[in-house]
Amino acid sequence: MKTPPELRYAESHEWVALQGSSATVGITDFAQDQLGDVVFVELPAVGRRVAKGEQMAVIESVKTASDIYAPVSGVVAAVNDALDAKPELVNSEPYGEGWLVRIEVADTSEVDGLLDATAYAASASEEH
Amino acid sequence: MFDPMKRTPLFEAHEELGARMVEFAGYAMPLHYQAGINQEHLSVRQGVGLFDVSHMGEVRVVGPGATRFLQYATLNDPARLKPGRGQYSMLPNATGGLIDDLFVYREGEDDYLVVANASNTAAVLLHLQDLAAGHECHVIDESDTVALLALQGPGAPLLLGQLVDDDLGQLKRNATLDVVLSGIPVRLSRTGYTGEDGFEIFLRPADAPSVWDMLLAAGASPCGLGARDTLRLEAGFPLYGHELTEASNPLCTPFAWVVKDKEFFGRDAMWDPACDERLVGLRLTERGIPRQGYRVLDASGAPAGTVTSGALSPLTRDGIGFAWVRRDLAELGTELAVEIRGQAVAAKVVQPPFHLT
Repeated sequence: MKTPPELRYAESHEWVALQGSSATVGITDFAQDQLGDVVFVELPAVGRRVAKGEQMAVIESVKTASDIYAPVSGVVAAVNDALDAKPELVNSEPYGEGWLVRIEVADTSEVDGLLDATAYAASASEEH
Repeated sequence: MFDPMKRTPLFEAHEELGARMVEFAGYAMPLHYQAGINQEHLSVRQGVGLFDVSHMGEVRVVGPGATRFLQYATLNDPARLKPGRGQYSMLPNATGGLIDDLFVYREGEDDYLVVANASNTAAVLLHLQDLAAGHECHVIDESDTVALLALQGPGAPLLLGQLVDDDLGQLKRNATLDVVLSGIPVRLSRTGYTGEDGFEIFLRPADAPSVWDMLLAAGASPCGLGARDTLRLEAGFPLYGHELTEASNPLCTPFAWVVKDKEFFGRDAMWDPACDERLVGLRLTERGIPRQGYRVLDASGAPAGTVTSGALSPLTRDGIGFAWVRRDLAELGTELAVEIRGQAVAAKVVQPPFHLT
């Protein structure tokens, strides 16, 4: 299970990469492995305001549909349209081409409240 | 009390292959291996896949009254079978529904092997034993003395043909043949539940790991329960607990052909049903994946039924499933919708199999 040290993590298995006030969000390697083959990703509309912990997307694997939650509050600034044709990028590159959304963050200090890689890895391995 | 999961003889083999193991009907079973469900699914459609289905139940019914008894206890007619042949069948309850769906093999004149779903084996055994009182036959549980593999896919005859001396071209659909695989005696049956050509292999549990390894070495891809489910759905086969239940009348489903017009247990409750709802195949004509329990809507947006199984077809990449719908909406081509997260996603009533159209 990969957990890049430069990212922050939510216990609900989303990762956040903050650049300025722009947060790129995806799901973790642990999460994609648990889901299995991703076959469909439903992303929020650009411009939608999301609150931390709010359901903002759905990832469907062969077996099940899973809700994805906003790890930070803000406005959806961009979504990864490539997932429309290639949802499997979530499996193959969860921290790269398989990103889900960019959120323009209202309060960047919210990111400080997320888990670091070590804490997330510990929390995920407990769940496993 | 701690109740550990049961293991098939291939438990260690699954772990070694890095399978994602899950609990199914009390057994630790592989959901998928490293390739993942989609790729495993495609390997069966385009090559050869190998499944461990040793969790399934085997019940022997033997004795001079075995044929008469199974004619009464099951919905298909075992008297139509020659020894060495098998048939898909169902076990009716007293109220017009089903205890399980089955495969019934006639192994000798008065000797049958009934293969049941793992989750229903105990109920099937109990019911058959109860019902057999007064019939000249015995009902014996052989589940723990039989291992079962399924080798499925268009490449299966060639792969298996290299390992046996027999001409598998002579082995017809639903027929069985005893062969020796590198010194190991097994019973082959040209059956499966994937919609592809292939074989099911009955063997002693102690021999299962050697035969499993032999078939993988010959080029078969290991496949788990996840692919087994998407394959059977795409092929238009029902799964007990979804399309068939204790409350569903098979005469209101596409599988009514199984039910033969003869005396059978529970006939009065099942026969000549009103079928207020019918089971149909659905194909989504917009993007989306139907799932069990989702609502079906009619053209006006009113509730019209319920999805029993659904998936994104790994082969055609569209949403497919079975659903119970109001009788007047069951015609092929009827335009319906499936409610997915509050949205009506367009669907059409189609005739399975879903992957051949």
